[in-house]
This record gives sequence, structure tokens and C-alpha cells, in this order.
Amino acid sequence: MIIRHGYSMSTTSYNSNPILRAWYDKETRSVIVQVIAMAIILAFFAYVINNAVINMANLGKDISFSFLWQPASYDINQTLIEYSSRSSHFDAMIVGLINTLLIAAAGIVLSTIVGFILGVMRLSNNWLTQKIAYVYIEFVRNVPVLLHILLIHGFIIYSLPRPKQAINMGDTFFLNNRGLQMPSADFQPLFWAVTATFVIGLSFAIWYRRYAKKLQDTTGKISPVWTISFIAVIVAPLAIYFLLGSPIEWDVPALKGFNFKGGMVIRPEFIALWLALSLYTAAFIGENVRAGIMAVSHGQTEAAHALGVSSSRTLRLVVIPQALRVIIPPLNSQYLNLTKNSSLAIAIGYMDVVATIGGISLNQTGREMECMLIVMAIYLILSLLISAVMNWFNDRIRLVER
Amino acid sequence: MSQEYAPGTHPSLPPPRGTTGPIHWLKENLFSSPTNTIVTLVIIYLFAQILPPMVDWFFSDATFVGENRKACTTDGACWAFVGDRFNLFIYGFYPAEERWRVNLTGILLVVALAAVLWDRMPARKQMFIYALAFPFIATWLLTGGAGLEPVGTDKFGGLTLTLVVGITGIVISLPLGVLLALGRQSSLPIIKYFSIGFIEFIRGVPLITLLFVASTMLSYFLPPGSSFDLLLRVLIMVTLFASAYMAEVIRGGLQALPKGQLEAAESLGLNYAQAMRFIILPQALKISIPGIVNTFIGLYKDTTLVIIIGLLDPLGIGRASVAHPDWLGLSSEVYMFVAVFFFISCFSMSRYSLYLENKLHTGHNR
Repeated sequence: MIIRHGYSMSTTSYNSNPILRAWYDKETRSVIVQVIAMAIILAFFAYVINNAVINMANLGKDISFSFLWQPASYDINQTLIEYSSRSSHFDAMIVGLINTLLIAAAGIVLSTIVGFILGVMRLSNNWLTQKIAYVYIEFVRNVPVLLHILLIHGFIIYSLPRPKQAINMGDTFFLNNRGLQMPSADFQPLFWAVTATFVIGLSFAIWYRRYAKKLQDTTGKISPVWTISFIAVIVAPLAIYFLLGSPIEWDVPALKGFNFKGGMVIRPEFIALWLALSLYTAAFIGENVRAGIMAVSHGQTEAAHALGVSSSRTLRLVVIPQALRVIIPPLNSQYLNLTKNSSLAIAIGYMDVVATIGGISLNQTGREMECMLIVMAIYLILSLLISAVMNWFNDRIRLVER
Repeated sequence: MSQEYAPGTHPSLPPPRGTTGPIHWLKENLFSSPTNTIVTLVIIYLFAQILPPMVDWFFSDATFVGENRKACTTDGACWAFVGDRFNLFIYGFYPAEERWRVNLTGILLVVALAAVLWDRMPARKQMFIYALAFPFIATWLLTGGAGLEPVGTDKFGGLTLTLVVGITGIVISLPLGVLLALGRQSSLPIIKYFSIGFIEFIRGVPLITLLFVASTMLSYFLPPGSSFDLLLRVLIMVTLFASAYMAEVIRGGLQALPKGQLEAAESLGLNYAQAMRFIILPQALKISIPGIVNTFIGLYKDTTLVIIIGLLDPLGIGRASVAHPDWLGLSSEVYMFVAVFFFISCFSMSRYSLYLENKLHTGHNR
């Protein structure tokens, strides 16, 4: 029946009707279809925009971004840069954007670490380890991320003790229902020496890495890159730090009355959002990592062993580089998801970009159109940036074929 | 002394000693090396430390019945709220005397789902027609009109709301996603770039911003003086959101097909629509089943976001319970209860996808 229909099509293509003939010509038809599609799309947008113009005129509103420079007159509880209620809406937006970036960056780091651990655990030859990772992954990723956020936030707010009974960790960290109190650093003038050592050590490590590679390429000699880099980047700055008599003054929090004085606090909203987003995304990353490692054929390991390469080197030089090729593209989309999910901050009152410019500013100024445009543009740019970075990384580790 | 057997008639011997049985399994899976043994012992120790208090909290010390928080005098969990607010979790604010309509819709839904999902359903063809009619029956039953007491969509809540948003989104986003994916692969530049623009825009912004658009400014784009239901606006946004993700999943399936399939279809004289319907899409959709179901699960979980614009799904009811004077601060219990509900639905979906994959796997298993 299908074939018969096909035949009838081809016979009618010799139709004498000029309109039908034009329709059966592939090129002409493509032009006709596109003109119609364009007309529909344009008509739709014209209709919608026309409606918007009329509606806004009726309400006496216009599109203008000048409100951005008016005072915001609301406070933000977590600000990494100078901000007060007299600052402008634009400043509020920047503070929100920084908070979004902070949670995204912190989340990406933690979710990657936990995700890789989970992925490796899933492939462990210990049955218990394997099953723990499996149960964790299945449970966490089948529950909405918003629920994770509310659950952890609720736990901190309602189930952790009051500051007076705070969970004391070595007299320096205190966990209570107002967040995690921790020491803040006050850098003394001499601290620049430590920073300088670190920078010099880092550049030395990068140079040494290149040098060792060149040496290996020409002579085959293998240098202890990791040990020397570790000494240059970690041990040397630490040594200088202690030699100079610890040029950081730690401001340790202490209980005064009903609350803590001194130090700094990581707010419950940040902790909840950070843990929830990271642990949720980690479950997905774990599965990606597992799939990536399983995608490397066992013959690769066997071949490396047959060539006399040690187990740890096989893992580092043969398995992981190939597994990364499979892992990176889905990892990219997980990072994007994490960044977009950070917008759920508004549910618990973490002041990210949606909660500031898309929330309080929007409600105060009544400029829905402008605020939503700004928020969407910010997320689009963020997505593009993360994609660009990950694509660059992907290109670097891609299989280069002749 | 060995017995003679004709070739091929020798009975199977039992496996060598020590390669089967629970002891061997333990040796292989838990104590295969010193490191492994240590890991196993540490995990068992941790379980022994953590599990008993947790069981106590969840069950032994928990209170299951009570009017309000004060009934919970023990140290354990307070599950009494479940009984008190169960109807809210299921029906939201749907009028009590009309709840039979929700129940009836639920039963009809189960029948319709069975017709779609279970291939040994008796009279499946007729049932399929019923399944196609179900959305209209459900809309009529739930919102009323034409003989039934009308119920505003602002009364929808709890599980009812989740299912309405989730299932509508799932049912509409699949065909829309197929169209967008085909549009993205199209050789007609205008259609192609429109699809790309739409997909990339939707995927670049968080769902929550789209929901804000739905709740605050969608009315600007409608003809002056008209307005429509918030739930409907949310449904549109959720569906558009899911269809963009669906399109990308299906595009993956389309790209995985060798070009020869389309060329063979064309050389047989099939036109575009026929080639897509009979040759390309059945194969592409089959490959994309895991991704499609993942998108469904994602959409189902994303329905919780409606609480941010003020609709009350089970999570929203739960959040309201935590703030309710009777049950103030019972956050862990409430959210775990809601979590179990979502886990059951999403986990069954992913199991069904595995079953479907195996059923449709017509090639050879290697």
C-alpha cells in the first residue's frame, strides 16, 4: 500500500497543471514552503509584538533600562562586593550575578569530584561499594533537585542546634542553624612573599612540565614531574609561610551571648544550594564517568600491560585520556544544567541573579519585560561561555586522526 | 575406570569445587584482596553504626497517628502529618464533594496508560482510540462544564497537579520534539535556522525564567483585554521547554542512522513524509528511547518548579505543611515523604524504559 502510493506520486508529477508541476519540482517546492514558513513566523511575531505594544501603551508603560541606575533600596544578605541598599539596581544585579557564578563554580568543582568518585565506585570489584554507589545514584537522580534543596535547607534551619549549642569542630568551625561559622583571614603585609612564591612555583612547574616532555621526546628519559610540581606549588609556599611566622591573622569566631562574633559565616542558603546541586549533579556525572570508563576497550589495558607499562601509568596514560573523550560532552551538559538549576536559589532565598534583578527589582519597579530580558540574556551568555570552555577542552583531548 | 559415551552424549559435569555457592561469592565479591577486605569491613562497621539509629528514627521511635505536632512526643520521626494532610497531597484544594471526579480520572488514566504501555492489552486497537480521547475526557471531568460543576484550575494541587502538568507535557512534547528535530535536520534554511534558534534559546535559559515569563508577562503578548488561565500558561511553557530537549535527543537518534536508509527510501519512490514515517523515525525513535524517557523523567521532576510561581504540587503542599502551625518545622519528614513519592514514579519510568529497550531490541544480543 505504501509502494502503491509512491507510484501514484511519480505518475502525477507529469501533470499538466502548472501549479501542481511547480509543487512537484523539488527546488520550487522548497522555495514555496520556506516563503510560507517565513510568512507565518513573521506574522506571528508581528501579531505578538503588536499586542505587546498596545498592552503596554494601555498601561502607560514603556521599555527603558534607566531604572537600572535608580537606588535598589533593598538589602542582600550575601555580598562579595561593596553593596548597600542605596546602591542601584544594576549593582544589585552584579551582586546577584556574582552569587550565581560563585554557586555555579563551587558546585561544578564539588559535583565533579563526587561524580568521579561515584563513577569509580560503580565499577569497583567490591560488591558493597558498587551497590552503595548504585543505590545513591538511583535515589538521588530520581528525586527533583528542588526537593533536595528544600530538604537540606530545612534540615539546617530546623534540625541543627541553635548557636548556643552549635556543633563545635576543633573550636574553629561551628555548625548551627544559622550556617557554618568559620575563621576569616586577615592578610598581613608580609603575605605578599607567600603569594609571590606560589606564583613563581606555579610558573616553574609549568615550565618544568614542558621541559620534561621535551626531554622525554628527545632522550626517552622520564622526569619526576609530579613530585617536583608538588614541591614547587604546595611545599615551597607553605615553607615560606611558616618561615615568615605565619603572616595571616585568623579571626576565629566565638560565642558571645546568643550569636557568634568574629570570623565569617557561610549562610544556610549557600550550604543547602551548594550541597544539593552538587550531590544531585554528581549522581548524573557518576553515570557518565562509568559509561566513559566502560567505553574504553579492555584490549587497550591488555596492550599497555603487554608493552610493560605499569598499572598506574596504564590508567593515567591509556585509559583516562580515552575515557575523557567519552565523558567530556555529557559533562558539559551537566555543568550547564547545574548552572541553570542554580536559579532555584530563589526558593530558599539565596540572592542569585534571578532573585535580585528577576525577583525583588522586578517587583519593585514593575518592569517585567526588561528584567526578564536581562536575566535570560545573562543565562544565555553563561551557557555559551561554559560551552565554549568545554568545547575548547574537548578539542584538546579529541582523537587526532591522520 | 571410565565409562564409554557416544560422542555428544556425555552428561554435564558439576562445576569444579569452590567456584560456586555463597562462600565463593563472598570470596570473589567482598574479600578478593586485602584492600577489598578492609573496605568491606569498614563499610560493615559504618552500617552497624548508622543503620540502627536510622531505623529507630524512621520506624521504631516514630509516631504515626496524631492530630498535630504535639502528638509526637518520641524522639523519632513524626509521620502523623501524612494522615492529617493526605487529601491535600492528593487533591490539592479540589472541592471535597467533587473529588470523585479526580478519582474517576485517575482510574481512566490507568486504563489509558495500560493501553499505551502494555502490548498484550486485549482489544488494543480500540483501547488506543480511547487513549487518544482520554485527554479530552480528563479535561472535561477535571474542569467541569457541560453538566458538571465547573472547578477552577486554581483549585488543582498536589498529585493531581503533578500528573496534569507532567502528562500533558509528556504527551505534547514528544510530537513537538519530533517536528523540531526534523526541522533542525531540514534542508530548508529558514525552517532549519528557526528550529535551531528556538531549541538553543530554550535550552540556554532555566525553566524558572520561562515560568516567570508565563506568570508575569505572557499576558502582554495576548490580544488586549484577554487573559487565560495560569495553569494553561504553565502547561504551554513546560511543554515548549521539554520539546526543545526532546528535539535534541531525537536529533541524536536521527544522526545515528546511516544516510543509506534515507537514500534507499527515496530510491524506492517514497516521498519525504513517507520516508520519515515508515523508515527513518521508527529506527531513530527506537535508538533514542533511553534519552526520551530521561527527558520525560526530567520533565516530571521539573513540574515541582511550579511552586515558585505559587502553584501547589505535592512539594508545594509539603512546604506549606512545614510552615503550618500544626506541623511547624517537620521539614525532614515532609520532604522525605514527598521524595519517596517522586522516587517511585521516576524509578518506575526508568525501569519501563529498560523493559521497552529490551523488547524493541530486535538485533542479536552480544
